[in-house]
Amino acid sequence: MACDAWQEKLDAYVDGELPSSDAATLARHLRECAACAAEALDRVQMKRAVAMAGKRYEPSAQFREKVRQSLGKSRRREGAWVWRIVALPATLVLVLSLAVGLYVDHEKTQRHRVYSELTDLHVATLASASPVDVISTDRHTVKPWFQGKIPFSFNLPELQGTDFTLVGGRVTYLAQSPGAHLIYRLRQHEISVFIFQDRGDETAALASSPISMLSFNVESWTKNGLRYFVVGDVGAQDVESLSKLLRDAG
Amino acid sequence: MPAATFEELALPLFDQLYNFAHWLAQDATEAEDLVQETYTKALRGFSSFEIGTNFRAWMFRILRNTFLTSRSGLKSTAFDQEEAEAVASSQPTPEAMLIQQADRETVRQALTEVAAPFREILLLCEVEEMSYEEIAQVLAIPMGTVMSRLYRARKALRSRLLEKIKEGPNGL
Repeated sequence: MACDAWQEKLDAYVDGELPSSDAATLARHLRECAACAAEALDRVQMKRAVAMAGKRYEPSAQFREKVRQSLGKSRRREGAWVWRIVALPATLVLVLSLAVGLYVDHEKTQRHRVYSELTDLHVATLASASPVDVISTDRHTVKPWFQGKIPFSFNLPELQGTDFTLVGGRVTYLAQSPGAHLIYRLRQHEISVFIFQDRGDETAALASSPISMLSFNVESWTKNGLRYFVVGDVGAQDVESLSKLLRDAG
Repeated sequence: MPAATFEELALPLFDQLYNFAHWLAQDATEAEDLVQETYTKALRGFSSFEIGTNFRAWMFRILRNTFLTSRSGLKSTAFDQEEAEAVASSQPTPEAMLIQQADRETVRQALTEVAAPFREILLLCEVEEMSYEEIAQVLAIPMGTVMSRLYRARKALRSRLLEKIKEGPNGL
């Protein structure tokens, strides 16, 4: 199919509304066609910008309580007196389950936001003409390059005897804080490793085992006050084994 | 024993509904009135709601209809056909790099300035992450219209954003 035809489908693709067979074919095309890939990336970034800008207004605590109470009142009016006996425990259960539900929802959104930002960084970097600022397969070159550029230091693993090679690294930012972005290669695939200072509250919800996100596999963990992310379109097992190498190195 | 109570279904939507209401009304007090009225109406009509159909779309639809019949809602509904057409015929050259550098406040301003039907469909799609089908239910329009309106809305936002970036000073 020609690029023009694909470009018409890009909106539906980034909205997750393309039938899966089409989506798979388009995803293959995006790996080969720089123009379409740039268009897709542009759309994803626009979506993300609107999503962030659009979450703007939060209700006040008083108003939340007011609505909650007004719902409770109308229910009480309807109910017979026996309901009052079961109402208290039921309300407790409800409040607890809501609290848990809201918490889980919040965590999910938070995780989703961090991971989409990282997959964007990963894709955007690989699409750029010069993906890395320090080009070296030698960890003893790459690691010192970051000195003075980011406010922390880290250890990189010895890769001899593995299928991974180090391509290089660059400074990156996540939620306004600087970090290291390293690129590894496995066969024909590039894998991004992101290292930031751990800010417990922001990233507490992140999974320690690989999860799938927009057909990327992502793994994340903390160690020695640093938060690591491994992002790539390789299989979950490969993401896991690179993660293990990194964990053992630190 | 009912499958789920109204509160169980409705309260988790509170923040989302409020955000959407505030965007529609552009005013905090009016947004509170809208949300309060939405909950009251929805509770009253809950017996007619069919469990298994999309509750979130149902709630957003009630909120939106409440807004449309409100005073400021009536003022805002005139669909700016001219703007839509102007945008559709003057697709700007891709200036992705510029747009990437737009900060959140600039995107917010641009979002405030596009025509109301464009703004609301962008909020439902990007912020609420609704499927095309859910959006069709909320706005009571066919799926085909969802896609074409979304396409024009994105184009409108993009050109508004580019104008803002170029005119500065909040741009770059």
